[in-house]
Amino acid sequence: MENLLEIKNLHVSVEGKEILKGIDLAIKKGEIHAIMGPNGSGKSTLASVIVGNSRFNVTQGSIFFNGKNLLEMKPEDRAREGIFLSFQYPVEIPGVSMVNFMRAAVNEHRKYRGEDPISASDFLKLMRDKREMLGIDSQLVNRSVNEGFSGGEKKKNEIFQMAMLNPKLSILDETDSGLDIDALRIVATGVNKLHTKDDAVIVITHYQRLLDYIKPDVVHVLYNGKIIKTAGPELALELEENGYESLINNAME
Amino acid sequence: MIEQQYIDLFETYREVIDQNATEGLNKERDAAFEAFKKWGFPTSKLEDYKQSDISRAFDADLGLNLRNIPIPVNPYDAFKCDVPHLNAHVFFLINDRYYDKTQPDLPLSNGVFVGSLQTFSEKYPRSFSMYYNKIAAADNGVTAYNTMFAQDGFVVYVPENTVVEKPLQLINILRGGVNLNVNRRILLIAEKNADVKLLICDHTVDDVNFVVTQVTEMVAGENAQVEFYELEENSVKVTRISSLYCLQKEQSKVTAAGITLHNGYTRNDYRFRLSGEYAETHVGGLVISDKEQHTDNFAFLDHAVPHCTSNELFKYVLQEKSTGVFCGRILVEKGAQKTEAYQSNRNLCSSEDAHMYAKPQLEIYADDVKCSHGLTTGQLDEDALFYMQARGIPEEEARMLLMVAFTKDVVDMIHIDILHDRLEYLIDKRFRGELLRCGNCNVCK
Repeated sequence: MENLLEIKNLHVSVEGKEILKGIDLAIKKGEIHAIMGPNGSGKSTLASVIVGNSRFNVTQGSIFFNGKNLLEMKPEDRAREGIFLSFQYPVEIPGVSMVNFMRAAVNEHRKYRGEDPISASDFLKLMRDKREMLGIDSQLVNRSVNEGFSGGEKKKNEIFQMAMLNPKLSILDETDSGLDIDALRIVATGVNKLHTKDDAVIVITHYQRLLDYIKPDVVHVLYNGKIIKTAGPELALELEENGYESLINNAME
Repeated sequence: MIEQQYIDLFETYREVIDQNATEGLNKERDAAFEAFKKWGFPTSKLEDYKQSDISRAFDADLGLNLRNIPIPVNPYDAFKCDVPHLNAHVFFLINDRYYDKTQPDLPLSNGVFVGSLQTFSEKYPRSFSMYYNKIAAADNGVTAYNTMFAQDGFVVYVPENTVVEKPLQLINILRGGVNLNVNRRILLIAEKNADVKLLICDHTVDDVNFVVTQVTEMVAGENAQVEFYELEENSVKVTRISSLYCLQKEQSKVTAAGITLHNGYTRNDYRFRLSGEYAETHVGGLVISDKEQHTDNFAFLDHAVPHCTSNELFKYVLQEKSTGVFCGRILVEKGAQKTEAYQSNRNLCSSEDAHMYAKPQLEIYADDVKCSHGLTTGQLDEDALFYMQARGIPEEEARMLLMVAFTKDVVDMIHIDILHDRLEYLIDKRFRGELLRCGNCNVCK
């Protein structure tokens, strides 16, 4: 089967400093990949580059998504091709209601596929269905985007947006950070409900904790801008036991 | 000297001016003439007019329609309101004249007068002389100029204990075949316990230069509630010099908001005197500009007595080569304890050629007060922009949504729901550059 996402020899720098130093990664439909690693290893940079954050400079390598060259696409087109990032730090947008924000996003996706804008009643129904499916409070969607939301509410809101946009590849960047155990369960359950054999998920995390709920097929360890180990789900458990140190030491040798 | 031609004009045509106005209006001209000769038009040498030289606007060959030669226009044909379904009583001023074929759709409450300043001065001479030219400053050159030449205008008079349920809407229409100076006068009196809402919309029909002075005098009596909204949609060839003078008595509440949606060169003064305890003022301003438009809002809140509250919020979105100016002065007089006065000014400059000049000024002579001011000028939040793009919203659209969002809290000061919602729509259209191409409107073509 063809790869959904294919990253080859990716080098990325920010303000002249090289952060990613040759990443190779291939993900197929239906798979869940976890990317783990200590702070500052480049995990969030990788997520940012995939979605097209212009702060990061790709100096070498390629990213293909569904056979299309991602690096030539604007962030909005990547999103409309089906890539979704659940932000580590979701942005507050005062004055833009969740309803208007989501309606704009949903309609832009439809326009990209050559479809007419969604009707007002269908849209409200879609919002309600997704909200109920994820067990999200109606208050959340009646407010301005993330404004005054707690850490947990922001992350739930990310998953709600993911449900609304129905992506082919979801990247969860440290979605577990700042979550209490109940919020973590809601978020993880939501991700599992949304995941099918036709889409893929990348889970970026420090800890095994989230992976108790979202079971990865493949686990990668990213360190100092390189993937130093790739294995099955047992790797995450090993890391929980022994930490990153021995792995890093091995890689250094 | 720029003033000389207007001094000569006034002396030469004094008789014509008087003949085409009323005694009440004419009585004020001599003193105004002396004041004008003394002060002249404000120039940028004055601190309060540093970025807006008013005298320059008058350095031009401008006609004045002192003989009240009728300008053929039927505003009902020429004008389709940008705020339809407002369910308001609608009135018109054609330049500085009241359009006397105005037909209010419903009779107003007992004792309420809405209409021409000339008529008011003759029908209610006592009230007229009690208020006309009594609230406006005597030492401002452009206000004096307006008083010299003002021949008509618009009056809203609401007597004690009277509520005007429906909003009143005044539509100012600028028409002319030659470059024209228009001097418009507005009087809004809400006596004790009165309640009234007035919306004024500015429109330009003809493609000539207009220099408009507008002096609005407003009195909010004890416990009166006044909402006063202005929406400017003039052409780029219009210079608008508006001065609002408001006197508030105890426990009165006034909300005043000015929305500059499209303009040429604008100077708006908002001068409030809180002279009765527990009076409350909310002043808002929103400016959306591009091209080489210039908008200067000057707000002066004078807290003369204790226990009053004022809130100011002014926001600017400046695009292309436009200029914004804001000066907000709060004066807390000696003894005005327990004053609460807050001021906020937030500005977006979306191009390198856009300029914002902002100046908060707090003068406080009492020691038990809460006063604050906040001022920011910057660009759109790049993180928010990227966040929206990452959801599939194209950059241009995301910018639009963020700019509309930026204007929201000023629009939220408007309590007439239909106007509020319509403004959101007009602001959206404005950012999309569609405002002047709305199609079904003869006015803003």
